[in-house]
Amino acid sequence: MTKITYREAVRAGLREALQGDPRVFLMGEDVGKYGGTYACSKGFLEEFGPERIRDTPLSESTFVGAGIGAALGGMKPIVEVMTVNFSLLALDQIVNNAATIRHMSGGQFSIPLVVRMATGAGRQVAAQHSHSLEGWYAHIPGITVLAPATVTDARGMLLAALQEPDPVFIFEHAYLYPLEGELDESALPVDLIHAAIRRAGSDISLITFGGSLWKALEAADQLAHEGISAEVVDLRILRPLDISTVWASVRKTHRAVVIDEGWRTGSFAAEVSAQIMEGAFFDLDSPVARVCSVEVPIPYPKHLEDAALPQPEKIALTVRNVLGG
Amino acid sequence: MDAVVDRDHALDLLRQMLRIRRFEEKCAELYSGGKIRGFLHLYIGEEAVAVGAMPCFTSEDAIVGTYREHGHALIRGTPMGPLMAELYGKANGCARGRGGSMHFFDATRRFYGGLAIVGGGLPVAVGLALADNMQQRRRVTACFFGDGAVAEGEFHESLNLAALWKLPVLFLCENNLYAMGTALGRHQSQTDIARKADAYAVPAEAVNGMDVLEVEAATRKAVDFVRTGHGPYLLEYRTYRFRAHSMYDAELYRTKDEVAQWKQRDPIALFHQQLRTEGYVTDADLDNMETAIAAEIAEAVSFAEMSPWEPMEDLTKDVYTAKNGFHRSAQS
Ligand SMILES: Cc1ncc(C[n+]2csc(CCOP(=O)(O)OP(=O)(O)O)c2C)c(N)n1
Ligand SMILES: [Mg+2]
Repeated sequence: MTKITYREAVRAGLREALQGDPRVFLMGEDVGKYGGTYACSKGFLEEFGPERIRDTPLSESTFVGAGIGAALGGMKPIVEVMTVNFSLLALDQIVNNAATIRHMSGGQFSIPLVVRMATGAGRQVAAQHSHSLEGWYAHIPGITVLAPATVTDARGMLLAALQEPDPVFIFEHAYLYPLEGELDESALPVDLIHAAIRRAGSDISLITFGGSLWKALEAADQLAHEGISAEVVDLRILRPLDISTVWASVRKTHRAVVIDEGWRTGSFAAEVSAQIMEGAFFDLDSPVARVCSVEVPIPYPKHLEDAALPQPEKIALTVRNVLGG
Repeated sequence: MDAVVDRDHALDLLRQMLRIRRFEEKCAELYSGGKIRGFLHLYIGEEAVAVGAMPCFTSEDAIVGTYREHGHALIRGTPMGPLMAELYGKANGCARGRGGSMHFFDATRRFYGGLAIVGGGLPVAVGLALADNMQQRRRVTACFFGDGAVAEGEFHESLNLAALWKLPVLFLCENNLYAMGTALGRHQSQTDIARKADAYAVPAEAVNGMDVLEVEAATRKAVDFVRTGHGPYLLEYRTYRFRAHSMYDAELYRTKDEVAQWKQRDPIALFHQQLRTEGYVTDADLDNMETAIAAEIAEAVSFAEMSPWEPMEDLTKDVYTAKNGFHRSAQS
């Protein structure tokens, strides 16, 4: 085990990918000369050269679409969309092309494309830079949606994604980049199939992903002091969802809280909650609860932003309500 | 010195540029002190653009800006206090503190943001102009954006639509030679931005954005063209950002030497020099100006400091229009 930051883990994954396969290249805004908005590709331009580290103009729709085309043409592009907020400009290429071409062509064409982007709020960058839209992307059949929350997944999921024949979207919570974690070398290569139990418990299941994992774990810590044993499930892969692991956890604890930084209505938490109801209804001792973002554009001031987002205290409170009710 | 520029106006241009410069120097200091958070994009070096352009618009005209809009809002006339309070995230800010640095808004001055998705303001400007046309109002919509925005489809689509429908939009490109860390020549195949307008039959002109008088003269001409019903016009202001893109930027993509070269063309220093040579401004004038600006900034800071935080209960206010005194519920 070595301690590294999430940023270093992403960087390590990118580096291995670029070293391991000459078809792999990285393109996106400011990945080269600037060194990557989150410094994940600092020094890469010098190391791998401008053919493989490509700074793009501010043209999200076109460089994501070009990623699709390059993948169709036999390359293995890693496209970095600076943040999920700007990926909205590329939605047409993602939803209408990346996700459909294999099926629509009767299986003739493959798009081995990896798209990475930062996601999430919590850094006081206001409404237009704080979206959490992983749940939206998870709505789309034809793409795989990953939410690495640990440094091991940050590195390993990227490498695993490059082995996939179909488009994979990786959401890196912007809050995580500077955080340190233990890189578990023994866990490599990571699988893109299973959710993970990050903390075992017996009284309630906290089901979450991405940046919210750490908040759920913090809540579980608080609750442990009160004698409440919370199990924390990290979904890891939002599409295709490993609901079996969720059901198994709920069968053990009989209670569930789903935590999701997306807005509550139509959230990924809503999907998880529905699937628990479909598959584990009779194992539940109380209704599934959700902790999501308040349904407002995320405000700039810290007190309002904090209040808008899921927080460990809110999660713990929700757990107490579920157990008390 | 152009004899047609009257002394009071010239002094005002100098004063306005200094207001932006000193205000933003204060912002940088407050950012280090943790009073301002999130993203902060400074306009330092580009002041001649906003200062030269703004006097060409009437109070009826509309302004659409970007996340680098402190100077535009200030010169448009929003008092410094509410701008500083916005940067603090306080309730007396020009957007109740909800937007911060990137999202200044001021309805009374028809200042429509403060929009931080690159290229996102251009279609909105087209629509504002469409509304004016459809209601037979002789107003102009001025849309500021960077050289980076020129790469977005929305730039091209907006120029085309505005020209096709002959809408009174003034497209104002602040070409500071970089989109974050990507130099113009590394993101544009045709670096002469004004020429892109040709493709859409939009008249265009490139001007020296470090010369406040040249900016003003060119903008006035363009505004007249647009206001008299000839359709859109594009101006490319050639300028330079002296500071980092934002407070996170390590500036790996340009040399200190390049920045130093451009600082030789500091729009404030050059204009001051020009006015001095002409005898328009004395050292005492400048001192007085600086003193007044320092007082204005001190007052703005204390306004922001004293301003309350927006109460927590108001978090969901304004997601929708309040009806019958109630806010539509927002679940949490
Ligand atoms: C659609 C979109 N993509 C990326 C970004 C991130 N970003 C913010 S500013 C910027 C550079 C824009 O450069 P330019 O338009 O030249 O304006 P300048 O910052 O130089 O004033 C980038 C890439 C964004 N806000 N919106
Ligand atoms: Mg620029």
